[in-house]
Amino acid sequence: MATLLEQVEVDTELRPAIAGRNPWALAARRLWRNRIAMASLVLFLLIVVLCLAAPLYAHDVAHVNPFVPNLNGHTVVGGKVVPVMQRGGGALRLGETPIGPTWDLSHYFLGGDSTGRDVAALLLYGGRSSLLIGIGSAVLCSIAATVVALIAGFFGGTTDALLSRLMDVIWAFPVYLLAISISTELLTHTSGIQIGPLNVSATSLWVPTVIIAFIYVPYVYRPVRGQVLSVVNKEFVEAAISQGASNLRLIFSEILPNVVSTVIVLLPLMIATTILTEAALSFLSIGVQPPNVSWGTIIQDGTDLVYSRPWVTIAPGLMILLTVLSLNVLGDGVRDALDPRAKLRVEG
Amino acid sequence: MLTFIVRRLLWTVLVMFVITVVVFIIFFKTPGVDPARAIAGRSPNPQTLAEIRAQLGLNRPFPIEYGIMMKKLFITRDLVSYSNQGVRVVQEIFAATPATLSLVFGAAVLWVVLAIAVGIAAALLKGTIFDPLLMVVALIGVSAPVFWVGQLANMISQGGLHGTFLFSWVPPLGYTPFTQSPALWFKGLVLPWITLSLLYIGFYGRVLRANLIETQNEDFIRTARAKGLTERRVLMRHNVRTSMITFVSLFGLDFGALVAGGALLTEVVFGIHGVGFLTYQALTNLDLPTIMATTVYGAFFIVLVNALVDIGYAWLDPRVRPT
Repeated sequence: MATLLEQVEVDTELRPAIAGRNPWALAARRLWRNRIAMASLVLFLLIVVLCLAAPLYAHDVAHVNPFVPNLNGHTVVGGKVVPVMQRGGGALRLGETPIGPTWDLSHYFLGGDSTGRDVAALLLYGGRSSLLIGIGSAVLCSIAATVVALIAGFFGGTTDALLSRLMDVIWAFPVYLLAISISTELLTHTSGIQIGPLNVSATSLWVPTVIIAFIYVPYVYRPVRGQVLSVVNKEFVEAAISQGASNLRLIFSEILPNVVSTVIVLLPLMIATTILTEAALSFLSIGVQPPNVSWGTIIQDGTDLVYSRPWVTIAPGLMILLTVLSLNVLGDGVRDALDPRAKLRVEG
Repeated sequence: MLTFIVRRLLWTVLVMFVITVVVFIIFFKTPGVDPARAIAGRSPNPQTLAEIRAQLGLNRPFPIEYGIMMKKLFITRDLVSYSNQGVRVVQEIFAATPATLSLVFGAAVLWVVLAIAVGIAAALLKGTIFDPLLMVVALIGVSAPVFWVGQLANMISQGGLHGTFLFSWVPPLGYTPFTQSPALWFKGLVLPWITLSLLYIGFYGRVLRANLIETQNEDFIRTARAKGLTERRVLMRHNVRTSMITFVSLFGLDFGALVAGGALLTEVVFGIHGVGFLTYQALTNLDLPTIMATTVYGAFFIVLVNALVDIGYAWLDPRVRPT
């Protein structure tokens, strides 16, 4: 799958290091000065805050419970009470069509969905799941990939060969087909999945989070392992060995700090990718399961209303687009600020 | 070179073997899931369950079970779908392949041509407002969910504007085989092609621009200029050619991934009955044998394409051949 991740190591330029300052502070300063990156960070945080405020909006502004179908409800448009589900309308003039956007924040701002639920409130709740799964799986994936990369790079030899080959195998699977295989297999088991002492419900948000984290592990593993290999034979590691440091100490206090910047550069781009994947899986109805909603499931629900109530489809798509765009721009900025490859060249 | 090819192909075979084992474990050995129950689809009766257990050897030891599965997938190719009235799965997949290939080939032509145009334009316009502008547009292409773009395309071309001269030529959703009507085949695929290629135009445009700018500082570019070559020749023969290496190797991988199921979302949105659509239908019917078969065949295809890309790469550039 083409994602910006593959582009990370391209297009870096050498920057002169300024002596006497912490590299992290330098990077933060560079990022702070990058206005476009900061603007996209603000946009992303704004979206996060809006979505976190979902219950507040639903309860105090729109006065709806977006998780309950509202087929017989009424709302107010221009001072008049109208039913949420309207007879006729739409291209086919058949059956019932939910109310369209009223552009009134307290009354069905974006209209209703096919069961009369408030789309604006659903959008914010959906954003919570989408962001939670996106960020959660990106973080989970980064941690897992980093641990595997540290082990592979540090021990080298057979361990490295085995782990790298395993990653190649996961890499070879078509992303969506692998996700579909795992999801359907798990979802056929509706009573929940028993993993040791844990019982995970099939509708839990953990299911898509873990699946998405799993399929992207090789994408983070490759660059991080490369970074581990480049520092594992450096003098400071040798020095630590000569002081009698244990393997654990070597891995976590000597090598890990030197590969963290690579992981951080990848993180915003990872989140962008995982949010898109979550949306795609939910659109295919194997991601977020009812009663939970996400941007992907709202677009899926909007499929039947595409011609009569386009905003049910347009709004969540725009949210995904803005979120992913802001993360991609931010990711570019973080990469320019941290620039692990340029730093390597200075040291090496 | 020959040893390289042999070694690469041996490795390919090994990866294929591991892939089948992984798929087998996902579908037959997931802890807490009864495979017969999962394969049978929705609400099976006890006879079906017993039949599945007998046919797939589910009560027999692990290696035999695996062997039976592989035989049904690749040798006898008589793996049947239980939720879809005993349809033979592998044959279904091969029947759906032309639709997927039509979609992916057309999109690939679009994305290669347009991405090269975008990349070169942005690199030439570096320093002006148009370069960042082009890159932002490219980023939007990369950031938009493809199924949503498809829905919007349908919304416009099939809905409100279908009556106007702009979109009245768009046929109803679906796929018409080329052999049946080339004109309809083409008309029906124009919007899916554009939808599918947007992401790749943005992505490849950005990659090419970055490589072009990186190459511009190379010594051989300076030499070419010093020789007195025209700017145009320096750009096309020296700069672009070198910068296309990443482009070409990425292209092989993405093309393979798209044919092997990556075009699923586009196929679903536009109702193109290709391999991806087949998988999606299987998904809604909980038809596990079909999903298993598309996954294995898809992964095989990707592994093969990757091997071909590597071999082609080594053939073009002797530096990457391991000694």
